[in-house]
Amino acid sequence: MIGERSSEITLAHTAKTRNLKTEHRVQKFWFSLMWLFGLITVLILILVIGYVLVQGGKAVNWELLTTPPKGGLSGEGGISTTIATTFYLVGLTLLIATPLGVSAAVYLIEYAGEQSLSSKFLRTMINIANFAVETLAGIPSIIFGLFGYVLFVSTLKFGFSLLSASLAGACLVLPTIIRTTEEALLAVPDDYRRGSLALGATKWQTLSRIVLPAAMPGIITGIILSVGRVISETAVFYVTLGGSYRLPTSIMDSGRTLALHLYYLAMDTRAFDKAMGTGAVLVVMIFLINLVINLISRKLTAGVRKVR
Amino acid sequence: MNDSKLVTINYSLYYGNFQALKDINIKIPENKVTALIGPSGCGKSTFLRSFNRMNDLIPGVRTEGSVLLDGEDLFKMDPVALRQNVGMVFQKPNPFPKSIFDNIAYGPRVTGLKDRHKLEEIVERSLRSAALWDEVKDSLGKSGLELSGGQQQRLCIARALAVEPTVILMDEPAASLDPIATLRIEDLIHKLSENYTIVIVTHNMQQAGRVSDYTAFFYTDETRTGQLVEFDETKTIFTNPSDQRTEDYITGRFG
Repeated sequence: MIGERSSEITLAHTAKTRNLKTEHRVQKFWFSLMWLFGLITVLILILVIGYVLVQGGKAVNWELLTTPPKGGLSGEGGISTTIATTFYLVGLTLLIATPLGVSAAVYLIEYAGEQSLSSKFLRTMINIANFAVETLAGIPSIIFGLFGYVLFVSTLKFGFSLLSASLAGACLVLPTIIRTTEEALLAVPDDYRRGSLALGATKWQTLSRIVLPAAMPGIITGIILSVGRVISETAVFYVTLGGSYRLPTSIMDSGRTLALHLYYLAMDTRAFDKAMGTGAVLVVMIFLINLVINLISRKLTAGVRKVR
Repeated sequence: MNDSKLVTINYSLYYGNFQALKDINIKIPENKVTALIGPSGCGKSTFLRSFNRMNDLIPGVRTEGSVLLDGEDLFKMDPVALRQNVGMVFQKPNPFPKSIFDNIAYGPRVTGLKDRHKLEEIVERSLRSAALWDEVKDSLGKSGLELSGGQQQRLCIARALAVEPTVILMDEPAASLDPIATLRIEDLIHKLSENYTIVIVTHNMQQAGRVSDYTAFFYTDETRTGQLVEFDETKTIFTNPSDQRTEDYITGRFG
């Protein structure tokens, strides 16, 4: 049947009679519309970032960057300690969340599947775990803050501290790291796994020498997203980090991140210009961190990138 | 006939309740090329994967009977050790996203070899055996993925040789290659058979005729359970098959 053309059925328009002019015009219309919307989106982004940079830029100077806040309603002083605290908190949070999240994802993708075949209990647990990861990703961050406050600050008596805040922050970014790592692992072709196993490598060797390096760009993406999340988060740290503007000297000290300081400046003081300045520093910082991590991951995965 | 390298005795394989292979008895001779041919879905690739236990990776697979490598039951061996002895080349070239050097050094490295000099030696020897050395000797640091399809497949063969197996399994190794690259792979298979026992699955009758010393014809009926119809020297299978189904298949009447 295939290949034979029934004589009763004919096309409404042949190549000669079809109205190509209109069709091209329709195509042009839709493409223009999409182009326009794309442009609007980019413009909005540029507007927001541009406004913050221009307005805030006026307040940014060497003094702001290098002196600690003085506290009080006037909002005097700089932001030096809050920059340092931000870095401490990002580092500590990722130190906790990355190994946990990556391991969880590796287990769920590389091991759980085959193990769950033999155990109904395990299969149920894995389904619950996957569901939990998905749900956690959509929960408002203040919930993580409250949870962190109850568990780390008061029950475990870590107080308002870098430790409490980074543990709560880790809870916040874990779903992100798990999901992005899972997706990165799923994107690694099974051909690599089979090729490695067929050469007499163990499953662990296959994972550590082939699969994880190939998944590294995706894992790095998850880490970048998490860095941004921690830098820009206020709710969680409002109730776990305290608000001390002094430089923390141990993980048990309270502190104030840039975003938190910005929040205090905007809500509790008259120093709106300094709030904008802090915002500008925040934006530049996120930009620089993304840039650096991207460069590192490009170096790390020079061989891998050519796959795609 | 030479000594048998691989022997199966009443070997059957099931995917869950579905029987994919039934009572296969075969004696694959040492240092010869044995081709497995037959229509799609007759279980020849599944059968091939039995020799390095890659079927273990598929959930729900169960086997009966035995498969012997040098007279030893390979289901009693450690699969990691077995796969070092029985290498495999896949249908689609699958070099790792690493340099040519690291691709080939991968196998020796997982066994614990770290000595740079020895690795260099192995890489050169393997690439020479796989007829790829002259093309890549000046660019060993280049990613394996930058090679052409045919070169990638020879890289994969070199990678398999580097762990010094005695058997090499090939699952339609030229299926995704152009005719010239295919011929080079076939030449290579021919040369390698001096030192290695090669079992190759192929859909291509001419290829089976060109490269193999022995041919096994697999067939399946509406039950989809694969069985071995005939196994003999390739000459005999192609000129004077004893089973009508073999003759119908190789003369292109079906499949």
